[in-house]
Amino acid sequence: MRLTDDERAILAGERGEAVRRALALQIKVGDFFGAADFVAIDSAHMMAEIESMGEPCLAWVEEMADLGGRTIVPTTSNPRSVDVALWEALGQDERQVELELRLTRALNRLGILTLDTCINYQTVSPPRFGEHVAWGDTGTVIFANAVAGARSNFEGGPVALAAALTGRTARYGYHLPEQRLGTVLVQLREQPASTSDWGALGCWIGRQVSDYWQVPVIDGLEVQPTVDQLKQLGASLASYGSLAMFHLVGVTPEARTIAEAFGGRVPERTLTLEPGSLRAVYESFQPERQRPDVVAFTAPQLSIVELRDLAELLAGRPVHPDVRLLITTNYQNRAAADRLGYSASIEKAGGLLLSGACFYLMTARELAQKHGWRTILTDSAKLANIIPGYGYNPVFRPTDVCVEAAVRGELPW
Amino acid sequence: MSDEIVLRGHPGIGPRVEGEALVSHHGFSARYDLNRKTGVFSRESHDLYGQSIVGKVLVHTTAKGGVATAWALLDMRAQGTAPLGIIFQLANPIMAQGAALADLPLMDRLEPDPLSVVESGDWLIVDPPAGEVRVRKRRR
Repeated sequence: MRLTDDERAILAGERGEAVRRALALQIKVGDFFGAADFVAIDSAHMMAEIESMGEPCLAWVEEMADLGGRTIVPTTSNPRSVDVALWEALGQDERQVELELRLTRALNRLGILTLDTCINYQTVSPPRFGEHVAWGDTGTVIFANAVAGARSNFEGGPVALAAALTGRTARYGYHLPEQRLGTVLVQLREQPASTSDWGALGCWIGRQVSDYWQVPVIDGLEVQPTVDQLKQLGASLASYGSLAMFHLVGVTPEARTIAEAFGGRVPERTLTLEPGSLRAVYESFQPERQRPDVVAFTAPQLSIVELRDLAELLAGRPVHPDVRLLITTNYQNRAAADRLGYSASIEKAGGLLLSGACFYLMTARELAQKHGWRTILTDSAKLANIIPGYGYNPVFRPTDVCVEAAVRGELPW
Repeated sequence: MSDEIVLRGHPGIGPRVEGEALVSHHGFSARYDLNRKTGVFSRESHDLYGQSIVGKVLVHTTAKGGVATAWALLDMRAQGTAPLGIIFQLANPIMAQGAALADLPLMDRLEPDPLSVVESGDWLIVDPPAGEVRVRKRRR
């Protein structure tokens, strides 16, 4: 990589050991992808939680803090593996909480805003068109790239921290205009209706386009999606396809027309969503038993609008005693839901509203073993993709079906 | 060494290693596919379900899923449940980041295509600094 005088000074250790290590790590990654140089970033978003880090990576972060590392751009944290107030209610191990609290202290010493959220673009700050950022959590990256027109690669925890300390990231991938152009055309002959239908659409595309460097262009849309719907689409595309970018012709800012989305290139292939395809996505998830052990609304964390909708669906309808209903959001939305009475409605129905966490991070394998959980019902296509690795039988259904099953204790379909 | 095949590409990440190949025609994510405490594939629909990655050179199509693997490779290495190295047809940033943090050998974009040449059980000499993988076919 071509380095500036400033970057050479950092590598020589003139700004301290933490930032030297950070830049050296970034150069390894940049060289692997043939990055020409670094680009300045406006913000970082760091995935840091004990479930994937374990103690070795926690020690690495603590050492960066001990070495005097300090973020120089606004940096937020992704969800964690515990809700520090409700871990006991969920039956989690106290050791997990102790490690997360140690991590919080280290992140705060580094100057990170520990908001523990994967919807920073909804509750902290949406990125601006054209700005370069270093975000982790794939759902945040694909939203930043596709919906806002900002520029980010998937930046995992260690390199998001590195970028926060150096204020830059290697210029490759989605920082380059040519990587952002469409490669695959998706023609819609069926329209998504509910919010979870957008997750189903992301699943349908991501199962066929499973490569970080591909960019689907979705054309033929006859409805205007909400931000929550785009959030579900992005999270699902990123999960099933490991995709970091999409275009929705007439909706997203780099796709005012189909020609703009492809930048004059010819699509490598065309996929057509025929009528009935979305229903088939739901039905590709088959329950082993009609009674779900867990019903989870999570991944990504719920917006205040989604919390309101769930509170209304659950009003006066207690959850079946053999079903555990879990909802995750961030601390900001939790405070708003408390004020607006949504938390009380959810809790009165028997739901557990968790903050600063996301279900698949929450020691899911240990919880399954402890509580005998196997069948999990969710309106998150993303969760249904991740959770089998933890020993669950996932069932993906629309939100209203999930609520119905939670109340009746039985899946309608 | 008449049965040795050489795959070439750009320099990878991590040191030179050699070991036995474990080949998959599916993608790879430490979070989606593995029990990271044992190093065994725990996703029932994966073509390597039930097999251990410990001490093996994984050969996969591409990276799957999210950002967790950027941390998880170092954690697994410390626990003794990591693979010896990973070869992809095409890696994504997360795998490169995880390998860089863990100093674990990672290579991609090799010619000829590793999935057309390498089978599980073959002996691989993975040399990231040289941008080269030597494949010694297992006698069958």
